[in-house]
Amino acid sequence: MNNIIAILKRELYGYFATPVAYVFIVIFLFLSGLFTFYMGGFYERNQADLIAFFSFHPILYLFLIPAISMRLWSEERKSGTIELMLTLPITTADAVIGKFLAAWVFAGIALALTFPIWITVNYLGDPDNTVILASYIGSFLMAGGFLAIGSCISALTKSQVIAFVISVVICFLFYVSGTPIVLNFFTGWAPEALINAVSAMSVLTHADSIQKGIIDIRDIIYFSVLIAFWLYANVITIEAKKAG
Amino acid sequence: MVSENSLPAIEVKNLDRYFGPIHAVRDISFSINPGEVLGFLGPNGAGKSTTMKMITGFLEPSGGSVRVNGHNVVEEPIKIKKAIGYLPEGAPSYGEMRVRDFLLFVAEIRGLTGSNKAQRVDEIIKEINLEGVVDQSIETLSKGYKRRVGVAQSILHDPEILIMDEPTDGLDPNQKHEVRKLIKDMSANKAIVISTHILEEVDAVCTRAIIIAKGKLLFDGTPEELRSQSSNNDIDDAFRKITTGSEVA
Repeated sequence: MNNIIAILKRELYGYFATPVAYVFIVIFLFLSGLFTFYMGGFYERNQADLIAFFSFHPILYLFLIPAISMRLWSEERKSGTIELMLTLPITTADAVIGKFLAAWVFAGIALALTFPIWITVNYLGDPDNTVILASYIGSFLMAGGFLAIGSCISALTKSQVIAFVISVVICFLFYVSGTPIVLNFFTGWAPEALINAVSAMSVLTHADSIQKGIIDIRDIIYFSVLIAFWLYANVITIEAKKAG
Repeated sequence: MVSENSLPAIEVKNLDRYFGPIHAVRDISFSINPGEVLGFLGPNGAGKSTTMKMITGFLEPSGGSVRVNGHNVVEEPIKIKKAIGYLPEGAPSYGEMRVRDFLLFVAEIRGLTGSNKAQRVDEIIKEINLEGVVDQSIETLSKGYKRRVGVAQSILHDPEILIMDEPTDGLDPNQKHEVRKLIKDMSANKAIVISTHILEEVDAVCTRAIIIAKGKLLFDGTPEELRSQSSNNDIDDAFRKITTGSEVA
């Protein structure tokens, strides 16, 4: 546990010692504002809720989360620090979890800094704040799921560009797996059970219900399993690929 | 404890490593006792770094075994990593971190806490002459300083076993001298392995030398024995004779 915390602290230090953190946070806040007010029609809707704000988070995360995760392991592999880290007395799992948590905390900081929109909506009207809280939790879980995917992918390559592109594609497939884009590919030949399984893998479906204010245990389990699975794959990938 | 001490610090037995079809390390066996400084010699690509990576538990052997203080590296990786200090090839470190913060991070992972941690880091900074750069980020340092940060990181926990992959590469003659002196000063109660291309280093610090070429162990003996392999008692000639099979005058 202490090792995980030490890794987590070092990673966060790394974010804030370079422009990465500041550029990311500014871009995230700028784009989420832009989407909320111009595309979401926050004012025009004339509703005291944050649906205009949260409904664009999946799209934002699809590109911005891989931008955080792409460097997690690619950079360690490229600079050779992976050898330093993995010859310190820690397990590969400690390193994977510590790095993932740091990235997740960082995404959480960026998300928390959107609080002015929450203040705004409370100032202008009388929103249901429990729904807003649930939406924040749903958004945070989705970020965690995408980060776990991206972390595993970045362990596969020394190139951050490749890590970014592949992570975007895989996050996209997980995002849309409940929609016809993916399901049409299966219908006609695959058994019903498989189609249902693929549909149930969709990040969209699970994030949607949480964002409506319903925190269902199944959605929490879904994200926990999604994160655990990809982090486990991450450990396996590092064990297999650290030599090259 | 007596039984621990009678074991070799590092015991490498029939070590093999493949990278796909490439047979990088072939059936290497040797052992080192505390108090010895072993020089690892060989041409580039001979398998020196790969062997070191297997001793430190970074890579798993394809065959054979490595035991550190009697513990198998594959079975008890954490135990052996605690006992070893390691300077990887090229002395990698986190460039965006300041020197002191980087050393504090390593100290924390090494299990030091509170005032012990800060005190030990300060000691090392003094010992390795890093005082002038402690608040600089590592990426802004010269090659020599980066290497010294790597050395500092490897000896922070006063390890029983020290493994250094080309510790003097890229240093100027004065810095080389300093690092060699440091290694010599520490050698009394540690088992030390250094790899190098500089044959004079073998004379300067090593009590034993091993030559590896094309993954095979070709020589294991004292520097004097190595020298006597050549007709004119020259260590460079001996190296060439062993690694190429021909003596060039």
